[in-house]
Amino acid sequence: MEKRKAVVSVIGKDQVGIIANVTNVLAEYKLNVLDISQTIVEEYFTMIMIIDVKEAHDLDAIRKVLQETGENLGVQISLQLEEVFQSMHRI
Amino acid sequence: MNIAFNEITETIRMVQMENLDIRTVTIGISLRDCADSDIEKLKENVYNKITTYAKDLTTVAEQVEKEYGVPIINKRISITPVSEILGNATVAEAVEVAKSLDQAAKDLGVDFIGGYSALTHKGVTKGDQTLIDSLPEALSVTERVCGSVSVATTRTGINMDVVKQMGHVISDAAERTKDQNGIACAKLVVFSNPVEDNPFMAGAFHGTGEGEAVLNVGVSGPGVVLSALKRYPEADLGEVSEVIKNTVFKITRAGELVGRQVAERIGVPFGILDLSLAPTNALNDSVARILEEIGLERVGTHGTIAALALMNDAVKKGGAMASSYVGGLSGAFIPVSEDEGMIEGVMEGSLSLSKLEAMTCVCSVGLDMIALTGDASPATLSGIIADEAAIGMINKKTTAVRVIPVPGKEEGEMIEFGGLLGRAPVMGVNPYSSEGFVNRGGRIPAPLQALIN
Repeated sequence: MEKRKAVVSVIGKDQVGIIANVTNVLAEYKLNVLDISQTIVEEYFTMIMIIDVKEAHDLDAIRKVLQETGENLGVQISLQLEEVFQSMHRI
Repeated sequence: MNIAFNEITETIRMVQMENLDIRTVTIGISLRDCADSDIEKLKENVYNKITTYAKDLTTVAEQVEKEYGVPIINKRISITPVSEILGNATVAEAVEVAKSLDQAAKDLGVDFIGGYSALTHKGVTKGDQTLIDSLPEALSVTERVCGSVSVATTRTGINMDVVKQMGHVISDAAERTKDQNGIACAKLVVFSNPVEDNPFMAGAFHGTGEGEAVLNVGVSGPGVVLSALKRYPEADLGEVSEVIKNTVFKITRAGELVGRQVAERIGVPFGILDLSLAPTNALNDSVARILEEIGLERVGTHGTIAALALMNDAVKKGGAMASSYVGGLSGAFIPVSEDEGMIEGVMEGSLSLSKLEAMTCVCSVGLDMIALTGDASPATLSGIIADEAAIGMINKKTTAVRVIPVPGKEEGEMIEFGGLLGRAPVMGVNPYSSEGFVNRGGRIPAPLQALIN
């Protein structure tokens, strides 16, 4: 079956523990990380993870927990379904 | 195919730093089956139909917005031009219908409902006349109802009898809401060549060629286009066009995805994507700033029209590649009060009313959200409408007039409309009268479609 994927992005000031905190949340909800990368976009630390959300039934709840995690770390975390990236960058 | 990380970061940057958004998802609803000779029954039918079809619009749009991480700014409703269902209703009864529409919008949490409208470019029916007569009161006693009147098309010419009336309607509407700087006029559009599937307010209505219900989407993103151009300060104008095209392509694709999702979930067919670049008051989310980035010191100076024509055409080309169903107005909007660059242009004297008029020859959608001095007479307003209608008629395009003659205000004063409608510097009008011309009445014949130079 086709994987349903989502993109988790973290933008903010680089610091210790960002990846650990985010992956902890994902592990709690049994979400597999398919790919991970980090870079600097316009002076901001940017981490992007692609995760498998085929089994995730309540994305809203996960999004909320991630946002709270982000607030604690002082970074912005968002979770978006991958289709939006597909449609913008692939014909 | 897997998405590259730089593509993901590009999308994230567009949304989080450059104001990429879906400007509006607008559900169009036909009210033709709501007509009834009993006005109470008619009002009930209208209210029930709107609140049934659009009941999930806001919640669904918010859900889709969250899932894809692309903001949807406005959720709106357009309806069959109300004049078509008024029948023998009186002016007072028509105002009651407007109140029902206002209530429906309020109860649904929708900020504007468009379609308190009449199509009178060739002639005026009983219902049309009732609606026009009711406009000043209807727009003053309601908050969320938007109205429009079509006074001209390329195929019919300009109905100057209605143009004359609209000067008085605008004056009256301004006077009735003088405590709020004539805000009623901000909800009234006078059209030449209106389109039936426009999702943008205040000129949205659900045309007669449309079905029971449809979902139209207005995409936008002047901020994204501006940022893209900033990365190419040395590009020649052909390359500038290319950069705009590429950017708009991506914006449009995001819009189509989001629009189709919303349409599917509320169970109505997807209609069209409107490609208009519509500014907001957010810093840099400005059409004027794009023109300045192309190389004009200040919007309104010589070269503005050429730059605007280039931009508008590039937007359409990029968008048309991205979506099969492009419609609505699809052109750049230049509302003065909603564009911080335009406001600055007016304040610094580089942008005049005449230049704004000239700009409407090459882009959508007319004189939009312009505050005029309170002493602009009804005949002057009619003259402004007639000029703009002629530009639309001859150029086979939509043009419109949405001006606010602010009672008691002088040229140069700054007017706050609040919220999305923004603020505007008051502009002066030509002191000479148009009265004789406007009072002649009649219909300006449709133009030749050949010999078009």
